[in-house]
Amino acid sequence: MSESNSASQADLVGHIAVQANDSTTLSLEFSGHWLRSARIRPVEQVLAELNGQSLQSIVAKSNDLQAWDSRLPSYLLKIAEYCDGKQIQLDTSNLPDGVQSLLNLARAVPERTGARRSQSQSSVLMNIGNSVVNLVKDSQGLMVFIGEMILASWTLMRGQARFRMVDLFIFIQDVGPSGFPIVSLISLLVGLILAFVGALQLAMFGAQIYIADLVALGTVREMGPLMTAIIMSGRTGAAYAAQLGTMNVNSEIDALRTMGISPMEFLVMPRMIALILMMPLLTMYADFMGILGGALVSISAFDISLTQYYNEITKAVDLTDFMVGFFKSVVFAVLIAIAGCRRGMACGQSASAVGDAATAAVVDSIVYLVVSDSVLTLICNRLHI
Amino acid sequence: MNTPHITVQDLTMAYGSFVIQRDLNFTIDHGDVFIIMGGSGCGKSTLLRHLIGLKSPAKGNVFYDQLSFWQAEEEQRIQVMRRIGVLYQSGALFSSLTLAENIALPLGEFTDLNAKDIADIVAYKLALVGLAGFEDYYPAEISGGMQKRAGLARAMALDPEILFFDEPSAGLDPVSARLLDDLIISLCATLGTTIVVVTHELASIFAIGTNSVFLDSESKTMLATGNPKQLLAESNDPRIIQFLTRGEGRADKPNVTGVI
Repeated sequence: MSESNSASQADLVGHIAVQANDSTTLSLEFSGHWLRSARIRPVEQVLAELNGQSLQSIVAKSNDLQAWDSRLPSYLLKIAEYCDGKQIQLDTSNLPDGVQSLLNLARAVPERTGARRSQSQSSVLMNIGNSVVNLVKDSQGLMVFIGEMILASWTLMRGQARFRMVDLFIFIQDVGPSGFPIVSLISLLVGLILAFVGALQLAMFGAQIYIADLVALGTVREMGPLMTAIIMSGRTGAAYAAQLGTMNVNSEIDALRTMGISPMEFLVMPRMIALILMMPLLTMYADFMGILGGALVSISAFDISLTQYYNEITKAVDLTDFMVGFFKSVVFAVLIAIAGCRRGMACGQSASAVGDAATAAVVDSIVYLVVSDSVLTLICNRLHI
Repeated sequence: MNTPHITVQDLTMAYGSFVIQRDLNFTIDHGDVFIIMGGSGCGKSTLLRHLIGLKSPAKGNVFYDQLSFWQAEEEQRIQVMRRIGVLYQSGALFSSLTLAENIALPLGEFTDLNAKDIADIVAYKLALVGLAGFEDYYPAEISGGMQKRAGLARAMALDPEILFFDEPSAGLDPVSARLLDDLIISLCATLGTTIVVVTHELASIFAIGTNSVFLDSESKTMLATGNPKQLLAESNDPRIIQFLTRGEGRADKPNVTGVI
């Protein structure tokens, strides 16, 4: 085993000479540098050369072998496997001792039958079929998860759910107060944007005063809950998926199960409660910030006084609008908890699986949010709420 | 082959102001199977982290051949680290890569071999550790012992001059542990690899060790260095004898238990 300098490595060569002794025996002579950095004839070529002949034995020997590393035994292993397949005797006794013992070591444990996996080519149809089957499985998994979650909620309502209070407070802290800065920024800006877009249209009719109605109604009923929920799904849903996924990789979830503690109660419930408690509060705060953003635009750019703005809002928004937004935010909280926790609990066993779980959690929750928001808005519209 | 490969000089290891071990002095020769032993929590794994360059010493020096590892340039340090292979306690395989990809990673990064040759070497390394045919498995799909052997195959991918093992037999059944010991010995014999093992498995210590250092957690320093069999036969330190006899004491010093 010699490590040579990189300067001289470029032109190192390992030679293999194939010599037929007679019609059934053949010798392979190894010489030169058998190093990873050396140029060596591909083993497939040598094997192809052997293929046509009816051989009974091969003698491998070395002559003027300067240096070798793993390259030589791995080359020989290929030849040995070929010989095994063709029932040819391979004589390695003329090789250096080290090579022989490594080769013996490598062949000591025969390949376990059935261990090797064949890689099958998949066709487009197969892929489509697989994704349909996966979709069905996925939906089943979701249903099972929701079912378990309802059972756990029932246990919780009877006051028998096992989880640590301190966990709940940590989650509440994470979801609520820690989310303040980003929620402030986004909702203020969304309020501003709404006001600007609306004001340009309304100004054409000289109806700038209705900016207040537009911003207030839009924010309280739609944008407040939805923007808060989207921020939370990126902030909290993804975090839940990553936390639970890593716990899954470390067998922590198994550990809970064997202690007789339901992971659904211990891990999912406090997270969901934290979201359900905090989301409506954050939404209210987001509503306030959005309306404030609208006020900034109205006052500075469109000559509306703060009093006018305030009066207009109190006329436009009543408690029902507010309750609609409030109700939506609770629904969104549950959906984010379901998406995040389910993806985390179903996470695979590798580092990339945790990343996939976090990604899937965000994608899922945004889909759930938008779909449920559409449905809720439609229902409200039909019921004239 | 009695030239020093790794020399540890006045090494003090500390986490912040909390000293783990101080004044360590010992030499690991070329071709040694060197055992780092001592009770739980005495800093064995920390010493290993210092040797493989993951943690810098609070004081003192580690020499690779003549090169002072911690005073060398970054470039030289990377060169040294490329010549060593490490088997971590839990295998530390990359969970999102298959076994073949795990082993091929260093080969692909640091050699000019083409994909076909890399595949051949990967197959050979896996065969060496008794995992022929498991190329396409993910680490999560094989048992703990197999993960450990796959980790060894990866550590050996670049034919390192020094192999470090962190608790190689932990979590293995006695027979597998023995097979791993045999593998270590034959590697040492055929390739001349220097091997450093952190362990407190007595069977392994006596079966493979040719040199060792004994760390003590109470006095926070090393008590002895040398061949473990010799240490057992010649040492007069009750702490060493107790450790090497599982607390039962040596025949000529039977009362040793309870001294500490």
